[in-house]
Order: sequence, then structure tokens, then C-alpha cells
Amino acid sequence: MARLTSRRLLAGLAAALALSLALTACGDDDGGSGGSATTSPAGGKITVFAAASLTDAFGQLGDQFEAAHPGVTVEFNFAASSALREQILGGAPADVFASANESNMTQVVDPGHAYDPKTFATNILEIATPPDNPGNVTGLADFAKSALLIGLCAEEVPCGEFGREALANAGVTPSIDTNEPDVRSLLTKVENGDLDAGIVYHTDVLAAGDAVQGIEIPDEANVVATYPIAALSHSVQAELAAAFVEYVLSDQGQQVLGTFGFQPA
Amino acid sequence: MIRTRRADRARARPPWPLLPLAAVTVVFLVVPFLALLQRTPWTGLGELLGRPLVVDALRLSLLTSLAATTIALVFGIPLAWLLARQPFPGRSVIRALVLLPMVLPPVVGGAALLFAFGRRGLLGEPVYDQTGFLLPYSTWGVIVANTFVAMPFLIITVEAGLRSMDRRYEDAAATLGASSWVVFRRITVPMVAPSIVAGAVLCWARALGEFGATVTFAGNLQGRTQTMPLAVFLALESGDRQAAIALSLLLIVVSLAVMLPMRDRWLAV
Repeated sequence: MARLTSRRLLAGLAAALALSLALTACGDDDGGSGGSATTSPAGGKITVFAAASLTDAFGQLGDQFEAAHPGVTVEFNFAASSALREQILGGAPADVFASANESNMTQVVDPGHAYDPKTFATNILEIATPPDNPGNVTGLADFAKSALLIGLCAEEVPCGEFGREALANAGVTPSIDTNEPDVRSLLTKVENGDLDAGIVYHTDVLAAGDAVQGIEIPDEANVVATYPIAALSHSVQAELAAAFVEYVLSDQGQQVLGTFGFQPA
Repeated sequence: MIRTRRADRARARPPWPLLPLAAVTVVFLVVPFLALLQRTPWTGLGELLGRPLVVDALRLSLLTSLAATTIALVFGIPLAWLLARQPFPGRSVIRALVLLPMVLPPVVGGAALLFAFGRRGLLGEPVYDQTGFLLPYSTWGVIVANTFVAMPFLIITVEAGLRSMDRRYEDAAATLGASSWVVFRRITVPMVAPSIVAGAVLCWARALGEFGATVTFAGNLQGRTQTMPLAVFLALESGDRQAAIALSLLLIVVSLAVMLPMRDRWLAV
């Protein structure tokens, strides 16, 4: 009995191992060209660490950059700017850093991990509600209602810092039910109707399409978020990294960012 | 007397291949904690740990992890017994399903909980419409998330204990006229007590460290849903690495305070 169980356990482990090896092999087939590209001097690969809110826009920018530079591969690591900052400070092999706020960039530039940051886009805030707006939210003033389910980003992340600034500008003390760790999780809860309203970026509302309803925040209360980009000092592809930064700042790059709701720098 | 025999065996020379491998294991598991200690900001630790945010998070973590463990004991032991003792159709399917939260990424578990108990959830919506009661954004939500993720560890441990226990004592008691409930209470539970304790500790430890399901299902609000792991995560997000390390250290100390008094005998299944 005991032997049977352990034999079964071994069989299960073997099956799992075989499966994972098979999947790894598939992955190798996929990434084979990328693997050789890192060593070939003709093409090359750069890794771009970019704020999560840039996922869609930078995906397209990357495709266009690759098309304009044959043989070049652009890989992305999208995450909260603060997480990316920690990874870069910890020595992650990245070539370019695009942050959703100034302070994370400053913390990377100051110890010499990056140089010459440039603002490449700005973004404004917007209120997001579920498509049917169950809380009948019309503006920032509704964030004070304790009967509504209100979410913000945590004040530790940029969208939370800006959201609180906007509420303060409007003179509203919010009745918060949750401080979400990032803007994506806040948006998901609004989309699913688990929250009546949250403050996110204009670009998030645009990207969510029909999944949320956006309510504009008047200019006098709104906050403008600036996005800085910089090539990293320890990049082994310094030329390509600089070229990518330039591309993002170019008219072509700015136009792509514009289609995703970002405003020019 | 069983204990003495066991002790005798333990005193025998260990098989030689075990020693280097065990040593590697200890180094691998302990070095990260030494590294954490090395980075700990010892000066100012008191100030960091005395912050209201930290006190709230610790209180909430202890409360919710202990509540989750209690719920897991009450509801988990009966299921473990059924899985170990009572053949019924679909038993292995049930076992696989209830162990699913162990392998599921916790964030996925949290999302699934929202789809079930959220305001627009399968069960959550009718309950909310009728009573206005909502699990997410409440301390109960944290307890539910913790229980969901941690209870399988108790179930699997207790089931293993029940399967490996010598059933002749139960048979003897039954022969002497004890009802099945009395046998369960007076014979079975005391005999698998080490497994129950081990399972409860595993369950509690998993609940204490729970992050993904909690933040997804219950959200994050100081004093209501912000547990220690959430506080650590957000301290890191804000770039306050010192606070993050101090909080982690506190979590480790609390865990050790529970684990160290567990004598070998409690865990010897």
C-alpha cells in the first residue's frame, strides 16, 4: 500500500517534470532568435522597464521601433514604477527606465543608475465608475459619501498620491474603503462593480473602453502626472537604449502616445 | 514508552548521505533571513515598530490568522476524517478540489472569492441586496481570504495523520461498546493530536503570511483590512525599505515565538 502510494507519487512527479521540460523546450524554440540576438553585435536586444500604465502604448512603440531597426528586439518589463525602481537599484539588467512619476526616476538617477531623464508624456486623472454607475457618482464630492464603496490607489504609489492631491484641491475628505496597491487592481474592482468609484488615470479609462464609465475631473482640481524616461548607465546596449529614448520623444513616438490618451510633454 | 523507543532510535548514528544534504538545506533556508538581519535598521527600530500603522497591522494579522486557524480546525477536521476514512464516490475529486487553493496563485484565489462573495458575486449579490452585508473591505473578508488559502494545509496534514494511525485502538473501543462519536472524541482525536497541531501551525503560518488573496478580495485599509504582509508590501512600494525590513523582522519574530515552543513531540506524527 505504502509502496504503491510512493510509486504513484514518483510517477506524478515524473509526469510534472516531463511536462515542464516539454514546455521549456517549446519556450526555447520561441525565444531561440532572441537568445542569439543578445550575442550578435549586428542586431541586439534592449530591455525596457516601464510603468504599468504604459503597457499598451509602449507595446506599440516597441513594435514600431523594431520595425524601424531590423534585427533589434525590444523586451518589456511592465510593473509599478516603484517595483521597477527597486529592481534597477538591485542590479536588474535593464537598458531603459520609463517611470510614471518623478520621484521614482530621481531615486534611480541620484545614485548614478541613469542619466539625463526627460519628460516624454503627461497624464491627467479621471474618476472611473462601473458602466451602470450604481452609486450615481457625478464628481469628486461623492467620494465623501460613506454609503458608497470608494477606492483609491494607496498613497505609497503615484496614482494614490495624485488622487489625494486632487481630492484635497476639491476640498473633499474621502470615505475610503480600500487603498489598492496599484492602479490596475483599482480599475479591475471598479470594472467588476466591487467599487462605486475610484480615481485612476485618463489613459486607464480610455483603455478600459466600455468596461468603465469615466467622469472628468475639472482642471482646477485635477493633477498632471509627468512621465520621465532615461537610458540606464550600466546598459550594455547604450546606443540602442539612447535610440529608443529618442524614438519615444520623437514626433512619431509622441503621436502613438497621443492615441492612447497621453498628452505631450 | 513509545517515546523512549523513538528517542533510542534517534540516538543511533544517522545514515551518512543525509548529513551534507541536510546541511545544504539549512544554509539555503537560513541565509536569506541572516541577510535580512544584516540589513535591519537596528537604530530607530523602536520608533518604526511603534507607529500606529504597524501596531494596527500586527493586531489585525494576529486576529485574522488565529480566526482563520480556528475556522479551519472546526470545519477542516471533519472533512479530513471523511477523506481518510469514508470511501464515497468522487472522494479523490473532492480532495483535489479542496486542495486547489494550495497550488492556485493567491491572487487568482482572491479574484475567485470576489466572483463568489463580492458585491456582484454569485452568493455575494443576493446577500448584499437583502441585508447590505458585504465581505470585501471588512475584517471578515480578510479572515475568509486567509481561511480559503490556509485551510487545505490543515486538511491534508490531518488526513495524512488519520491514514497512518493505528486503528486497532479505535476497533477495541468500538468492541467495548463506545459509540462512533465517543471513539472519535476519546481515541481518534487524541491519537492524531500531533497531526492536528502540526496542521494548525502550518495553516496559521500560511494565513499570517497571506498577501495575494487578501489584497484582492478584502482590499487594503489600515485597521480594517491591512495586515502585516500588505503593510510590508506598501512600505516597499513607497521606497521605505527600512520600514519594510523592520516589519518583516517583526513578522519573523512572531512566527518564531509560536514555532519555537513546539517541541518535537508535538510534531512527531
